Amino acid sequence: MGIGVSIGAISPLAEPSAGGAGALVATAEARRAARRKSAEAFAIPSVAILGALILFGIFVALTGRNPLAVYHEMYRGSFGTWFSFQNTLQRAAPLMLTALATALPLRLGLVVLGGEGAMVLGGLAAAAVGVHLHTPMSVKLGMFVVGALVGGAWMAGAGTLRAYRGVNETISTLLLNYIAIALLNHMVEGPLRDPASLNKPSTLPIGDDNMLGNLPGLDVHWGLVFGLAACLLTWFLMQRTTFGFAARMVGGNVRAALLNGLPVRRLIVVATFLGGLGAGLAGAVEVAAIHGTANASLVTGYGYTGVLVAFIARGNPLGVVPVALLLGGIGASGGLLQRVFDLPDATVNVLQGIIFLSILFSDSLYGGRWARKPAVAA
Amino acid sequence: MSVGVGVGLSGDAGATAKPAPPALEAIGLSKRFGTVLALDDVSLQLERGSVHALLGENGAGKSTLVKCVMGYYPADAGRVLVGGLEARIASPRDAAALGVGMVYQHFTLVDNMTVAENLVLARRQHPFIFDWAAEVKEVAAFMARMPFRLDPGKPVRMLAAGEKQKLEILKQLYLGSSIVILDEPTSVLTPSEANEVLGLLRGMAQGGQGGKGGKEGRLTILMISHKFREVMAFADEVTVLRRGRLAGRGRVADLTPDAMARMMVGEEPPRATQTRQAGPARATVLEIADLSADDDLGTPAVTNFSLRVRAGEIVGIAGVSGNGQEELVEVLAGQREPSAGRIEVSGTRYRARRAEMRGLKVRCLPDEPLRNACVGAMSVAENIGFRRFDRHPFTRGGTLVSGRALRRNAEALIVEYGIRTPGPDAPIGSLSGGNVQRAVLARELSEDVAVLVASNPCFGLDFAAVAEIRSRLMEARNRGAAVLLISADLDEIFALADRIVVISEGRAVHETPIGQADLGIIGRHMAGHA
Repeated sequence: MGIGVSIGAISPLAEPSAGGAGALVATAEARRAARRKSAEAFAIPSVAILGALILFGIFVALTGRNPLAVYHEMYRGSFGTWFSFQNTLQRAAPLMLTALATALPLRLGLVVLGGEGAMVLGGLAAAAVGVHLHTPMSVKLGMFVVGALVGGAWMAGAGTLRAYRGVNETISTLLLNYIAIALLNHMVEGPLRDPASLNKPSTLPIGDDNMLGNLPGLDVHWGLVFGLAACLLTWFLMQRTTFGFAARMVGGNVRAALLNGLPVRRLIVVATFLGGLGAGLAGAVEVAAIHGTANASLVTGYGYTGVLVAFIARGNPLGVVPVALLLGGIGASGGLLQRVFDLPDATVNVLQGIIFLSILFSDSLYGGRWARKPAVAA
Repeated sequence: MSVGVGVGLSGDAGATAKPAPPALEAIGLSKRFGTVLALDDVSLQLERGSVHALLGENGAGKSTLVKCVMGYYPADAGRVLVGGLEARIASPRDAAALGVGMVYQHFTLVDNMTVAENLVLARRQHPFIFDWAAEVKEVAAFMARMPFRLDPGKPVRMLAAGEKQKLEILKQLYLGSSIVILDEPTSVLTPSEANEVLGLLRGMAQGGQGGKGGKEGRLTILMISHKFREVMAFADEVTVLRRGRLAGRGRVADLTPDAMARMMVGEEPPRATQTRQAGPARATVLEIADLSADDDLGTPAVTNFSLRVRAGEIVGIAGVSGNGQEELVEVLAGQREPSAGRIEVSGTRYRARRAEMRGLKVRCLPDEPLRNACVGAMSVAENIGFRRFDRHPFTRGGTLVSGRALRRNAEALIVEYGIRTPGPDAPIGSLSGGNVQRAVLARELSEDVAVLVASNPCFGLDFAAVAEIRSRLMEARNRGAAVLLISADLDEIFALADRIVVISEGRAVHETPIGQADLGIIGRHMAGHA
């Protein structure tokens, strides 16, 4: 404390005689700092992704393929044609929702990996409820509400353990994923099994008439709108509301939050619940728009890719949107790479992994630390 | 890397005819950070075997000077001589090779290792496999030659702050440093611990027992400080910095505290402007009844602690740090659950909930404001708004926070409390310690306050800030707040408190009105024998 004095203390600001001029300098300085900060927020992830692409290029070259040709195909397979772009959007939609399951608690300093489990159970619950409802509207509404709530409750369980019992949320959510998948398997092979599903045990189908349709004029289902809306809403929640303000206090410094009397435990439970809503909704949307039933196909890894999306977006709900598109695109191009270059299935996972590591590393570059600007102490 | 302690070497030290070169000399050091000249042509001379104090306010350039000497930063201009020879110090490692070591303000010890392990760990080179039996024996032999001892097998976490500071000093001696630089060595110590540690240092500089290391067998000490009492009592010479420039230097014997203060601040030192106003005895506002709380390891830290504080009264809690003060403050601040007991404010149960803090008007100035009271990454305006962001006029419709209202509120308080910040939107973590504390003051005191808990509110701050913060505390008292002041600085308690309570091992062991307070009795209770 005694030595933690910034240069401000001996800058012209400190001269009592320079009051007015000092204030002007100050605002200019603040503006420069703010500009640098927003420039950083864009430049650093961009550089990190570029670095990842170079590393992946080396990897591809080592397998004997031309990296530029591979990137070209990847572009064609993700954004290059209208068809592939719609495929990308289709994949990005659930990623946006599952990413929120990690991004929202991340704002409170919690690292949650449970999007996969919440999504799977959300899908299962949605399918189970869907078959009992009758009009197409009530089926969809019921599925989304119940799916989201189940995902939220699942995640809030981990949040409660964390808040009131000190159980590490990263470990508990990760392990809960396995339990969720086991639950899904148990239910679709047992109590909820559709006797007609022979090769692939599934729940009763919700019926073609009750499926979630595509956006007008597109080959992309409505889940995309849900994803975009959820990201926007979450951003608004975190930036503009008292809940978001309190959550940022908790994430920034729990001790300060406690000193100001904030109900830290309740905030943790609520944040994990809200995040789980997103993942649960993702599962419901997958069932309602793609599968029409809950079965092992729900376990796609969207929940884990969502963790990646949230980290690359640094927990920023608006950042989740472009990152989900990017990773959705990488996923969409996987099939093409396999066909054209005979690259193994896991190739796109390698790229995702490299991007993830590269982004994690780039975290150390924020705050101008790349410039090695030491803080002056006195 | 063992220590060449030469008890027999001390004979010829002072007997040479020609004057020995200074142990360490810095000539014309300058250092610029961006547009700021942090150090402007500063020179410093350490006579061998002397205790030299480096005085200055926060931001005066003391740490920058020392860090340039130690090789943390390259100086832009100037040179450093060690023992009269030009020294090229590009890193602390180079400094260590020349026998220059530094004791940092914050402990650099590994808490769950023993004293001996910490000493061995500090060495530059380690064998691939430790022969611990031999190491421990060597450490014990080393201890035996020292003027003060610590049990080599004791885990550092069991040591009191004063003992840890002694261990830091021992570490430098163990590493063979003959010139030791200490950055505010007493900031975490009680007055008696401080006296003991500084007395030992002075003894070693004068070549008494344990004088060691360098060829002359005497230690040379440079001590960063802003406490005049310590400088007057323990230093031989002093160098004063102000705003990065040399403001004066001389022999301590030739200087008065007033003269040094003028060098430091360039004018008459500001004094607390608010004086105590006498008033009739008033009702009890804060009542702590049989409060107990455990520390992080689950051992009792506060035990059956009871206390009443009246309106318009400052009760000072004195005690050796680590006797439960921290936990007591955390309970009052809502950062720790009590294990037993109850707290009442104005007759209402108080559990440190937000609504209670607001309704009962309880405010807190904790230690280390940036760690305890602020979110470093959030803006000054947001930090100032922490108490009220969820209330009118800072919300619309009860749920939306108005950034503009927060900013407008902060702008007024920034002026009123003299917070030096680039603007209300700057992250509070970028401010200096004094300005962070001013921002916390602005937040905690700008509304009506019934109970104020202040813990070491002036720790590590410079003169002007100390005077201002004490004035604000006195002002709050005069306005009728019940103030609980927990401080490791007895001078501060004597200056402000109406009543003193001594805490020892988590219990209130002694209570006295300020008029009858006796330093000796209080000291005995603090030490735990009375």
